[in-house]
Amino acid sequence: MNAPFQPDTISLDQLKVGTKARVSSIGWHGLEESEACRLRHFGFDEGVTVEPLHLGPFGRDPIAIRVGRMTVAIRRKHAGAIRVVPLGQ
Amino acid sequence: MNPLPLVAVAGNPNAGKSALFNALTGARQKVGNYPGVTVERKSGRLMLADGRPVEIVDLPGSYSLDPASPDEAVTRDVLLGRQKGERQPDALVIVLDASNLDNHLRFALQLIELGVPTIAALNMVDLAKRDGLELDSQRLSQELGVPVVETVAVRRKGIQELHTALDDMLSAPFCGVHEHVKSDLIHLQRRAREIATAAVVSETPVRRWTHRLDSVLLHPVFGPLILAAIMFVMFQAVFAWSEAPKSWIEDGVASFSNAVGPMLPAGLLRSLVVDGAIAGVGAVITFLPQILILFFFILLLEGTGYMVRAAFLMDRLMHGVGLSGRAFIPLLSSFACAVPGIMATRTIDDPKDRLTTILVAPLMTCSARLPVYTLIIAAFIPNTRLVWGVGLQGVVMFGLYVSGVAGALLAALVLRRGVLKGSSGGFMMELPKYQWPPIKDVAIGILTRAEIFLKRAGTIILGTTVVLWALASIPQAGPGQKQSEVSIAGHIATGIEKVVRPIGFNHDISLALLPAMAAREVSVAAIATVYSIDSPDEKAGANKLEDKLQHRWSLATALAFLAWFVFAPQCISTIAVTRRETNGWKWPLFMVSYLFVLAYAFAGLTYWTAVALGL
Repeated sequence: MNAPFQPDTISLDQLKVGTKARVSSIGWHGLEESEACRLRHFGFDEGVTVEPLHLGPFGRDPIAIRVGRMTVAIRRKHAGAIRVVPLGQ
Repeated sequence: MNPLPLVAVAGNPNAGKSALFNALTGARQKVGNYPGVTVERKSGRLMLADGRPVEIVDLPGSYSLDPASPDEAVTRDVLLGRQKGERQPDALVIVLDASNLDNHLRFALQLIELGVPTIAALNMVDLAKRDGLELDSQRLSQELGVPVVETVAVRRKGIQELHTALDDMLSAPFCGVHEHVKSDLIHLQRRAREIATAAVVSETPVRRWTHRLDSVLLHPVFGPLILAAIMFVMFQAVFAWSEAPKSWIEDGVASFSNAVGPMLPAGLLRSLVVDGAIAGVGAVITFLPQILILFFFILLLEGTGYMVRAAFLMDRLMHGVGLSGRAFIPLLSSFACAVPGIMATRTIDDPKDRLTTILVAPLMTCSARLPVYTLIIAAFIPNTRLVWGVGLQGVVMFGLYVSGVAGALLAALVLRRGVLKGSSGGFMMELPKYQWPPIKDVAIGILTRAEIFLKRAGTIILGTTVVLWALASIPQAGPGQKQSEVSIAGHIATGIEKVVRPIGFNHDISLALLPAMAAREVSVAAIATVYSIDSPDEKAGANKLEDKLQHRWSLATALAFLAWFVFAPQCISTIAVTRRETNGWKWPLFMVSYLFVLAYAFAGLTYWTAVALGL
């Protein structure tokens, strides 16, 4: 379900907690329709700034991510479908 | 007669919609269901300035008009006037979270496009200010083209202004909705962001409270520890805080019984009233304090926003057994009662996730089982203190709850590998800001529960205990015979006893098992009724039920009885709600049978182990 590879991007599940990043692409096709719909509802979109805030205690899953002014929790495998460009500390 | 004008309250989840609805309508609300679907319809009434009543309906929280769950589909259909059993709303109140406008305006824009008269409530402006965000509601109103009212629903602020705005709106004529033009979601989202940016007057970056709290509460080590501690405190409190009110109720019932008894002629009638009705219902209502304390905690955890964090912490473990973290909330609510718990599974999008959650929900110890646990623990487990503030009885109670949870997780694992095989759905949830829920809303919640419980005590439980009293008293025992064996109930119980004898259940327990199907707490009432009929010489209330049990049951039997109730086949209301939620008899029947097998096996194991250990 990973998005097509692009240089300088990493997938969102690889992004360190506290690092801001810009979404470069989302692999919508690998997601189920309702999941893709929910991600859009949360405001995931190309060009949006995201920041992982907290990791789940078991297997570092799920991930709490700030999107815009919202904090949402998604599973690691869904975060893997989102490619981001880190913006530095 | 024309139906009342209908105002729909719509908005994203976590916008504070329910608090606003509560503030507008007060405590008198009607809760029902939309026909054909299992989505709750909550409505209330409001008086306009000219005395005209208006009906207000609280629509399920939704992110957009493109539904991702059955709840969201209802919201869309009501708004478009397509929902069966609901009329077209005459006006809308859109609730917006002031500190999350970029996201909430998207849905608002979709709604405004419908052309229904609309007011936007810019809610939780106090929390936005706390986070350093200053907004211009007039500018927002210009951009959106609808009136905007600033509110803090939980503090009842801005409600009067909202009321006035509704007044103005409903006095103007309105002629039907526009066709729903499905605007591109991405376009709407970008427009929403533009407006949100335009409405910001100033923004001072501050360390946000919620983020600070989450750093501790969602910490990989402290998070789970705090969750466990909260659960533990909750169950200790259920035991400890209820001691005093419980004994007041007991004393009250005893003196009532002593006062009423002599007023009636000795014989069957006195026995019916004193041994049947008062002893039976009295035994059950003493558990009211515990049930209310449990609900207090659940409502508080839900209102503060901690419940979603608990789901976050538990998701990975739940995922491991094929459930989602979303199942945590329905399962936690099932500690209070499986019926609302099963209804709360509607928020789970994946059908197999949802069905598994429904099937294991009755394994969470519901409050109706609390009377049974409390009675047996008080009778058989010594009230010793292990360390300061932690009693042995509380630990055993905690253990029973843990067994239920472990049983539920195991059952889910097996179900997901067997009958409900398939990939599990996702876990996507918003983590709302922490806030202190209004005490009034918590109080409304607790009072509603108290009312439901007392109604049950006055109807089902009273009815069952009276029927049971009749079955247990007729025919009258002759000299040298035991009443509980001679009576009709005694004969039925003798039949059941043949099945349950191997797992250590005696005649009296067999007698209590059948009425427990009506409502579990009835089994306590049933035991109380049987023993007070059996021993007519003992002064009512003078000899506590706990003492009677100690003389008649062995410890092994008592433990087996507890184990039985961890897994026991559920009450009739649970079966009924499962039938409704799964649209058929297949799953409720499956549920009853697998739980019966589990209960029998575990009660047996407990009994045989206890006997082998010489208890």
